[in-house]
Amino acid sequence: MKILVCISKTPDTTSRIAFKDNNTGFDDAGVQWIINPYDEWYALVRAIELKEKDPTAVLHLITVGGADTEPIIRKALALGGDEAIRVNSSADDSFNISSQIATIARSGAYDLIFTGKETIDYNASSVGGMVAELLDMPFVSLATKFDLVGNTATISREIEGGEEVCEVSLPVVVSCQKGVAEQRIPNMRGIMASRTKPLKVVEPIAVDNLTAVVSYELPPAKSGVKLIDADNVAELVRLLNEEAKAI
Amino acid sequence: MVLIYVDQADGHIKKSGLEALTYGAALAIQMGVPAEAILLGTTTENLALLGSYGISKVHHAGSESLNTMDAQVYAKVISEAATKTGATVIIFSHNPTGKAVSSRVSAALKAGLVAGAVALPDTSNGFSVKKSVFSGKAFAHIAIQSGVKVISINPNSFYIKADAAGTATVETFVPTAQNAKITVTAVNKVTGEVPLTEAEIVVSGGRGLKGPENWGIVEDLAKVLHAATACSRPVADAHWRPHHEHVGQTGFQVAPNLYFAIGISGAIQHLAGVNRSKTIVVINKDAEAPFFKAADYGIVGDAFEVVPKLTAAIKQLKGIN
Ligand SMILES: Cc1cc2nc3c(=O)[nH]c(=O)nc-3n(C[C@H](O)[C@H](O)[C@H](O)COP(=O)(O)OP(=O)(O)OC[C@H]3O[C@@H](n4cnc5c(N)ncnc54)[C@H](O)[C@@H]3O)c2cc1C
Repeated sequence: MKILVCISKTPDTTSRIAFKDNNTGFDDAGVQWIINPYDEWYALVRAIELKEKDPTAVLHLITVGGADTEPIIRKALALGGDEAIRVNSSADDSFNISSQIATIARSGAYDLIFTGKETIDYNASSVGGMVAELLDMPFVSLATKFDLVGNTATISREIEGGEEVCEVSLPVVVSCQKGVAEQRIPNMRGIMASRTKPLKVVEPIAVDNLTAVVSYELPPAKSGVKLIDADNVAELVRLLNEEAKAI
Repeated sequence: MVLIYVDQADGHIKKSGLEALTYGAALAIQMGVPAEAILLGTTTENLALLGSYGISKVHHAGSESLNTMDAQVYAKVISEAATKTGATVIIFSHNPTGKAVSSRVSAALKAGLVAGAVALPDTSNGFSVKKSVFSGKAFAHIAIQSGVKVISINPNSFYIKADAAGTATVETFVPTAQNAKITVTAVNKVTGEVPLTEAEIVVSGGRGLKGPENWGIVEDLAKVLHAATACSRPVADAHWRPHHEHVGQTGFQVAPNLYFAIGISGAIQHLAGVNRSKTIVVINKDAEAPFFKAADYGIVGDAFEVVPKLTAAIKQLKGIN
């Protein structure tokens, strides 16, 4: 079995978000970069568990990005995986990123492709579906549980107001979220091993971007909190009813 | 033409589907083109009435096999309909179905996608769409450069409007036969509760509530307001509350009309998932809790005293005994 896990680099969750160049670019001064939590905690850890159960499984990680993504992919390799592939292209359009991943996935003939449910920076939730479409594979999104017996995957997925259990034969693309696995902390042995694991750099194929960022903006600042005395909850109810018109 | 995918479950159109209709109809007026809808699977709705949302035609692919959401099949059917009808913009909700299918349709048609739109596109100079980024900490305006465009809209970002006169023509759409590869073996819906991402009001509790046995005050408040309940991440991690209630950067992102934060400190990762709420009320015993900076109304006090009083006062307002 061959597994491919898509890894993305995102700003740390505590990052203060700011923009530069007249709000046309993300200001990364002082920003710490991390593995996108959904990719790390759920997609990658579940793939590692599958390989632990079936040591003959091959586990590859892929990222699309410049050389600055290498520390992130090494961190991911410290958790597990046999080797990593970096497609040397700036990651700024989902369709372009997905086309790069699909090209590698096609030639590598993977049985299982995992992504996180979304990245915490662009929140598009779109790379998994695009990769699946480009490969004409089934796609199970927003998975909260993933089990594999032989060639059949049993997957719980989020639906509006609940969950659904579904079955699908490999190959399949799955986007993972909470429930699929539990976060792991890399150990010393993993960190040492990650330094010598192969990290292949592949040049991108030519693809036209379908989208481009025009500008960014921050949400308007709140005008300030109105504090109400704890002994006067009736006043809060009045304000919510008459001023905010929320109840 | 603007083609709107209207999501339904068990034969009923979802709120998110109606939001997509409203958005798509408004966009069609802005662009001076017709708006049409597409619906998959069997339905109990009178589809002609969807005309009141401002659309002229409904394409109904009503085969029973389409009652199961297989993104591969859905994307093929919708892409085929979009191509046949000459759609230039395709609208989805950014709900679970929309997330899975819009991305596939985008790739199939090489049509640029903006996922999670929060406003109508700016068509004055090109075509750009405002969307939420950095998990609610900012917005980006994204230009779509392809001829055909796909937009998925954030749930709860658009008020449903059904005031147009007239009915829609309903046409049966028979897509090329598709083989579903996914079989659904069980559906577990949360019953008797308001689904979190659809709720107008959300009552959320944090570690300040000390333990799962104390959630009665949260549930009572939610009940009088017909609200959904939510929680912070440590609360879900400790299994005090189910995972599907976890909101924040790594949980659900919600944007209700009114959000109550009870015993939640207001960490940046929590705020990321809730700061698009219209009105935020914070109840916390620590006047220095960061959440007050993001709140509209606040009470500094002990939740165990304040919340029951609040529930009683709301009951009084609503005339509930
Ligand atoms: C990568 C990453 C991702 C994360 N993602 C999320 C996320 O998605 N969602 C999320 O919520 N968190 C997330 N977190 C965790 C976040 O940083 C905070 O730790 C968490 O939100 C704190 O939860 P809390 O406010 O319930 O608890 P605490 O921070 O412990 O706050 C409890 C609050 O309750 C108040 N309190 C105590 N007793 C009472 C009382 N009797 N009456 C009234 N108030 C009282 C206290 O004053 C305090 O403000 C993430 C963290 C990381 C590192």
